[in-house]
Amino acid sequence: MAAAERLNPQLNSFLSIEHEHALRQALAVEERGDTPLGGMAVAIKDNICTKGMRTSCGSHILHNYRAQYDATAIERLNNAGAVMIGKTNMDEFAMGSSNESSAFGIVRNPWDVTRVPGGSSGGSAVAVASGVVRASLGSETGGSVRQPAALCGIVGLKPTYGRISRYGLVAFASSLDNIGIFGRTASDVADVLGVVAGHDPHDSTSADVAVPDYKFSLGADVAGKTIGVPRALFGEGLDADVRESVETAIENFRSLGAEIVDVELPHARYGIAVYYIIATAEASSNLARYDGARYGFRADDAPGLREMYFKTREAGFGPEVKRRIMLGTYVLSSGYYDAYYSKAQKVRNLVKMDYEQAFTACDAILTPTSPSTAFKIGERSDDPLAMYLSDIYTVSANLAGVPAISVPCGLSDNGLPIGLQLVGNFWSEDVLLNLASAYETAFPLGADPAVFVG
Amino acid sequence: MDVRKVAKLAHLEISDDEVVMYTPQMADIVKYIEQLNELETDQVEPMLGGLTREGAATESIREDVVAGSLGQNAALAEAPSAVAGHFQVPKVL
Repeated sequence: MAAAERLNPQLNSFLSIEHEHALRQALAVEERGDTPLGGMAVAIKDNICTKGMRTSCGSHILHNYRAQYDATAIERLNNAGAVMIGKTNMDEFAMGSSNESSAFGIVRNPWDVTRVPGGSSGGSAVAVASGVVRASLGSETGGSVRQPAALCGIVGLKPTYGRISRYGLVAFASSLDNIGIFGRTASDVADVLGVVAGHDPHDSTSADVAVPDYKFSLGADVAGKTIGVPRALFGEGLDADVRESVETAIENFRSLGAEIVDVELPHARYGIAVYYIIATAEASSNLARYDGARYGFRADDAPGLREMYFKTREAGFGPEVKRRIMLGTYVLSSGYYDAYYSKAQKVRNLVKMDYEQAFTACDAILTPTSPSTAFKIGERSDDPLAMYLSDIYTVSANLAGVPAISVPCGLSDNGLPIGLQLVGNFWSEDVLLNLASAYETAFPLGADPAVFVG
Repeated sequence: MDVRKVAKLAHLEISDDEVVMYTPQMADIVKYIEQLNELETDQVEPMLGGLTREGAATESIREDVVAGSLGQNAALAEAPSAVAGHFQVPKVL
């Protein structure tokens, strides 16, 4: 808690630090004795509902909103003895890859404070990377946990769609949204996943699938595992030092006993286009609820109801959110629906079928997580399309619904972390955690960020 | 794309400056997403929702019994304006 307060003026990873709540929880955990998480300090992205606490989604339109109930994931963390110390900064409504679209200021990367931490779960990533907490919750729609994990040198997991209940996760694009987990190690991620995963009657898209004990997945042995590498994706737009580091990681996995095979994902390169149709279409519908009537910000200069809607949304949303709402409105509008939305749903199926085909030949697919290391603050903020392309390696897992993890695999020439991504078959988080844990044990990053609690 | 018209459909009152900023950006993005037209998809089924096979098979219907709910006080607690158990808004007509 003291560390969170000391570092926050510099990094801005927390939007609120919840002293009293944390203290109360810590005392309660102590009293209870043995709990699965035993008082583990965690941080929570500010789009996950925490009862009685601000849940702003990084947006002015919810700047004063206090959630009236706990998300299922929060309830399960509480029951397991976690201590939540605060809510973390994020791109507005989780729309962004740099955390620059937050209405409450940018978050800085602890490895180099002139650079972005990635996004949209930048605050949750930095809370872990800077050593303030061991684990945190983020959310993912197209890579918002894995990409900041890579840029901040930590582990980030997006589980299978339906593995973690979305009840209480503020909706962005419901068919793509997931709660994801950051940890300093795969073991931290496994501890949290074991607690928050599993069916929830409050979320009809959460699946009734048995949750294994992920502790048994951890360990150094990957012999007999097959890792597929889609070489065709290692081309245009991939930074040389990222490519080199990921190539080394492939050899490292081979040296650990994994078998490396070639796989193809012929439609993955269409992922961004599909994503920006489906995600924005769903967002335009989900974000229609912010109108100033029932919660959050209301523009007070409106003479009538209709003007109130327009003025509230105009003043309440930032530019990236408006861009996406408009794009989604456009692709769903009369006369364009088949050309865009329906087409995208078909290509989404092709992307999923690519994965199903690839997983007949391997246990996991290895790619870079992000085509570049952390970029400079402001470098891409005027070019939304360039920003969208940061998600090239991550979006297709969200489209297909399969789980994926980012693991640190090296440092660039200028000392910035690089992440490798492992994508697994449906429900195979245990396989991903096994590979991640073996890798980080044998090939640790061996460096701490410039800004670090220690 | 007529940005002003789309904004209106989306209940956004955007300024002239915003129209100038968004118009080329949206044109770029639309041009990019139109690369999907390279693909022949007549024989492909659309993927509806995001559900896995197991997710789709999960029973989501419950018994029709009364259960606890948020309650009026909590439902109104975050309203910008609430009066006598109602959300209050500016005049409708």
